[in-house]
Amino acid sequence: MSDFQALNSSVIKGDIQGAVEETRKAIDEGSPIQSILDQGLISAMDEVGAKFSKGQLFVPQMLRSAKTMQECLKLLKPLFKEADVTPKGNIVIGTVKGDLHDIGKNLVSMMMEGAGFTIVDLGVDVAPEAFAEKAKEAEADIVAMSALLSTTMPAMPLTVQALENAGIRDKVKVMIGGAPVTEKYARDIKADAYASDAGTAVAEAKKLLGMA
Amino acid sequence: MLIVGEKINSSRKSIAEAIERRDADLIVETAREQAKAGAHYIDVNAGTFLEKETEHLCWLVETIQDRLDLPLCLDSPNPRALSEAMKLHRGEPMINSISLETERFEDLLPVVTAGPCRVVALCMAQTSMPTTVEERVKVGAELIERLTAHGVPLEKIHVDPLVQPVSVDTRMGTAITGAIARIMADYPGVQTICGLSNISYGLPQRRLINRNFLALCMAQGLSSAIVDPTDNRLMATLYAVEMLLGRDDFCERFIDAYQEGILAE
Repeated sequence: MSDFQALNSSVIKGDIQGAVEETRKAIDEGSPIQSILDQGLISAMDEVGAKFSKGQLFVPQMLRSAKTMQECLKLLKPLFKEADVTPKGNIVIGTVKGDLHDIGKNLVSMMMEGAGFTIVDLGVDVAPEAFAEKAKEAEADIVAMSALLSTTMPAMPLTVQALENAGIRDKVKVMIGGAPVTEKYARDIKADAYASDAGTAVAEAKKLLGMA
Repeated sequence: MLIVGEKINSSRKSIAEAIERRDADLIVETAREQAKAGAHYIDVNAGTFLEKETEHLCWLVETIQDRLDLPLCLDSPNPRALSEAMKLHRGEPMINSISLETERFEDLLPVVTAGPCRVVALCMAQTSMPTTVEERVKVGAELIERLTAHGVPLEKIHVDPLVQPVSVDTRMGTAITGAIARIMADYPGVQTICGLSNISYGLPQRRLINRNFLALCMAQGLSSAIVDPTDNRLMATLYAVEMLLGRDDFCERFIDAYQEGILAE
């Protein structure tokens, strides 16, 4: 049974070809899917996230590693059901109504997926009711919202309200972020968490769901 | 090259605190130092204040123009804040900005046609961010057509091709320089403008990236920029490139800057 070191390194380096080959090898050798996922991919992305937060690597490398993991996941996902692989949690994410900015949201999405969460990305200009509807349907653990304009931030408390109206506010945690968003604003609108970048978002998500 | 000084932005801690304290001296000094360093317009932005934005933006306009004879660039996505601030502004302001986003064009059109002003026209459409040169040129063209149809003179329109980080997509640099070149060619007399710092988001040595990006944009015809004019190295690039583009007779401004001791290497 391989120790996934090679796979782990390929993901950290962003070597798509190498990582896909290693993943295929591990599957063919009969390694448990959960182990490939946890030790080969998720632990690599954890390290990428930690290095990013420390300023040791930058956005392009984070993107490259995330893309590498996504390619490996394409091979693993069809085998999840049979192998009884469970995600760490379900996250519904989007940029709020009236706002089209998506770079930060996309980074957060990728890093969350890299951490082992299932992401439903609703895209941009997402109405409060759309967040609530999807959160209900997907049985989301976390609803994550991004806004880059001060004028679109008011859609955040409206979305919290929509979750209440849908009867699921107590079932989901709300996390917010984006350039004009602050920790204080998160408290003011009774969100559960605020994150300033993609690395922190993963850490906060884990905290919200009581994980290490 | 028309220069807009960017420092008075409430996303900067010292400025936010000065606004809250009503520290007129600090605000006026920040405006004055930018003008001295070559800014033609002073950008004012109180966007991080949400409900109090209009009140603070108006205070900034009055405070600065009370003591300095400078035109301001009114920077906000909020139509109400812009129209209130514009009423107080003496002289011709720059309105930053209008775009084709849902409602934003309709809400801001009366503001930009209320009186003489320059308009920053941001190449953002209704459904998504532009990714290519083509998309930017298309939105830019539509903005120009619609604004001029409502009486805004072409030379007062500053098209902003919407700078996105090269860290996310390495085609972003050429997407901008390509869009600038096309817009300047398609609409002779129009202006182009950008805030440089978006290009370097997510990378180290941001100033290095920003000032080289400025040079590339200028070479493609960029006619105005939103910068920190007190950044000597950025301004040195600007002086050098202006001269290299044949826009500095007898290299006078370059040599003056050198003799004033502000031409950083």
